[in-house]
Amino acid sequence: MRLRVSAILIIAVIMLGAASAALAGGEVNVYNWEDYISEDALALFEEETGITVNYMRFTTNEDMLVQVRADPTNYDVIFPSDYIIERLVSEDLLEELNWENIPNMSYTLDWLRNPSYDPEGRFSAPYMWGTVGILYNTTMVSEPIDSWAAMWDAQYKNNVFMMDSIRDTIGVTLKMLGYSMNERGQEALDAVKDKLIEQKRTGIVKAYQVDETKDKMIAGEAAMGVVWSGDAAYAMGYNEDLAYVVPKEGSNVWVDGMCVPKGARNKGNAEAFIDFMCRPDVALMNFEEIWYCTPNAGAIALLDEETLGDETVFPPQDVVDRCEFFQDIASDITRFNRIWLAVKSAR
Amino acid sequence: MKRSSFAAPYGIWMLVFTIVPVFIIVYYAFTMGGAVTLDNFRLFLEPEFIGILTFSLWLAFLCTLLCLLFGYPCALFLANRDMRRATLFVVLFVIPMWMNFLLRTYAWMTLLEDTGLINRFLEWIGVGRRRLMYTENAVLFGLVYNFLPFMIFPIYSVLVRSDRNLEEAAQDLGANAWLVFLRVTLPLSLPGVVSGVSMVFMPAVTTFVIPRLLGGGSFMMFGDLIENQFLTTGDWNFGSALSLIMMALIFISLGILHRFNPDAESNGAVW
Repeated sequence: MRLRVSAILIIAVIMLGAASAALAGGEVNVYNWEDYISEDALALFEEETGITVNYMRFTTNEDMLVQVRADPTNYDVIFPSDYIIERLVSEDLLEELNWENIPNMSYTLDWLRNPSYDPEGRFSAPYMWGTVGILYNTTMVSEPIDSWAAMWDAQYKNNVFMMDSIRDTIGVTLKMLGYSMNERGQEALDAVKDKLIEQKRTGIVKAYQVDETKDKMIAGEAAMGVVWSGDAAYAMGYNEDLAYVVPKEGSNVWVDGMCVPKGARNKGNAEAFIDFMCRPDVALMNFEEIWYCTPNAGAIALLDEETLGDETVFPPQDVVDRCEFFQDIASDITRFNRIWLAVKSAR
Repeated sequence: MKRSSFAAPYGIWMLVFTIVPVFIIVYYAFTMGGAVTLDNFRLFLEPEFIGILTFSLWLAFLCTLLCLLFGYPCALFLANRDMRRATLFVVLFVIPMWMNFLLRTYAWMTLLEDTGLINRFLEWIGVGRRRLMYTENAVLFGLVYNFLPFMIFPIYSVLVRSDRNLEEAAQDLGANAWLVFLRVTLPLSLPGVVSGVSMVFMPAVTTFVIPRLLGGGSFMMFGDLIENQFLTTGDWNFGSALSLIMMALIFISLGILHRFNPDAESNGAVW
C-alpha cells in the first residue's frame, strides 16, 4: 500500500514538474521533414529554454504546403524548401522574422544570406542545403554511374528506386532529356510523362519511395536510387559499397529554410527555436545526425579536414554550378500532378 | 425516462461526425471556387482515374474471393471444435489483430524483400531469390492477410450459433457429408458470408498505405488517389467528388449484397 502511494506521489511530482516546465516556457509547434533533426538537439532545447516542443513530420514539400495552407496558425516553425518559400511568400503565408531575436543568424554562409527565393532575407533562415543525385551500389552496376540515363538502362530491370515526390522525379527526367528542371512547357512535360511510364512499364522501377530508400540501399535491395545528398551520406556510412553521384546532365540544388507561418501562436518561441538551431554546436549536432550540408560557418569551423573533403556532403563548386534551384511553379502544380498520377497509375 | 433517449449521445455523435461531414463532402464535390459545377465529376472520367478505380475494384474483388476461399474452411474448422480447444484457436486468430495493421505490414516488408528472411531461406536451400515484394501479388497478399479475420469471424459466429440438430437430421435422412454441407450448412451460414464479404470488400476497395508499402508506390488504388487529392494537390473539390463516387459504389454493392442475404426481411430491410 505504501509502495503504491509513493508511486502515485512520484508520478504526480513528475507530472507537476512537466506541467510547470510547460507553463514556464510555453510551447512551440515544429513541422519538419521526416528524419531531419537530432533528437538530442530537441531535448537540449527543451532543457535550456523550458519550452515544450510539439514535433510533427512531413515527407514532401507538397504535403506540408497543403497542411500549412489549411491552417497556418497550427505551426510555429516550418522547414520548407526554396521554391516553397517563394510560394508561401507570394501567398502571404509567412511572418517576417525579427532578426534581433535570432543573433546566431550571423553564422550563416554569405551566399545563403540573400538567396533568390527570399532576396531581402526577411522570411527564412537556412537550415540545411544539398543536392539530388544517384546513390548506387558499386557491386551491382557494370560501370561507374554518371548519367541520369542509367536509370532507364534495361540492364537494371527491377533494380531502381525512384523518388515518390513530384518535383524531384519530374525534374530529374527533365534533366535527362536536356531540359531545365524548371521547364513547364506541355511538350517537355508530355515527353517526361512518356519516359517515366516507359521506365515503369519495362519494369526498371522497383519502387517509388522517399524515406525508405536509404535503408533499402544499405540492405542492398537495389542497384541505384534517386536520393537527397544527406540520405546518400548517411547510407554510405553504413555500407561501403555505396557511392553517390550528381549526374553530368546536372541536377537540383536546394536549401531548406526555417520559417514562421502567418499568425503563428508562439512567434517568440519560434524565433528562439530558430536561433537555437543556428547555434554552431547545435548545427553541428544536426549535421552529424542527418549529413546534409550545414549553412552554418560556425559549425563548419568545428569540422575536420576529412569531413570537409567529403564530396557527397560538401559538393565541390563545379558540381553546384551544374545544378539549379527549383522555382515555384504556382498553379502548374495541377498539371504536374496529373502527369504524376498518370505515371503512378500506369501498369 | 424513455428507452430511446439512451441513444441520444449516439445520435449527436452521428450528426456531428457522419451527417454533417457528408454534407460538407457533397458541397465540395459539386462546387469549385464557390460556384456550382459538375467539373469535378467530369474530370473523373479521364482514363487514368477510371483506370485507378477499375484496378481497385478488381483487386478488392480478388481479395474478397481469396478471403472467402481461405476464410470459410477456417470458420468451419473453428466452429466444429469442441468448446475448450476452439477458444484457444479463436484466440490464436485474434492475437495478430491486437497489433496495428501498419506494424504488421512493415513486418511483412522485412520478410518479403529481396534480402529479407524468406529470400535468404530460399537462397540457403538453393532455390534462389524470388521477387516477392513490390508486385501486384504482394499487394494482394497484404490485403488478404489484413482482411482475412473480417471474413472468418462473421462466418464463424453464424456457424457456431446454427442448430446442429438440423445437420444430424439431414444425415439421418440419408444425406452424405457433402450434401449436408451444400443443402444445410452453407445456406444457414449465408448471412455470415454476406456480412463477411461486405466487411472485406468495402475496406479493401478504399485501402491505402498497404498498397504503397508492399507495392512500392507503383500500384495506386482509389484510396491513395483520394489521399493524394487532399494531401499533395490540396484539391478538396475533386477529392470530395472522388469520395462521393466511392460512397455511391459502396452503397450500390451493399444493396446488391443484401439481396443475397436470406435474413434481409427479418432485420428490417434498409433497402
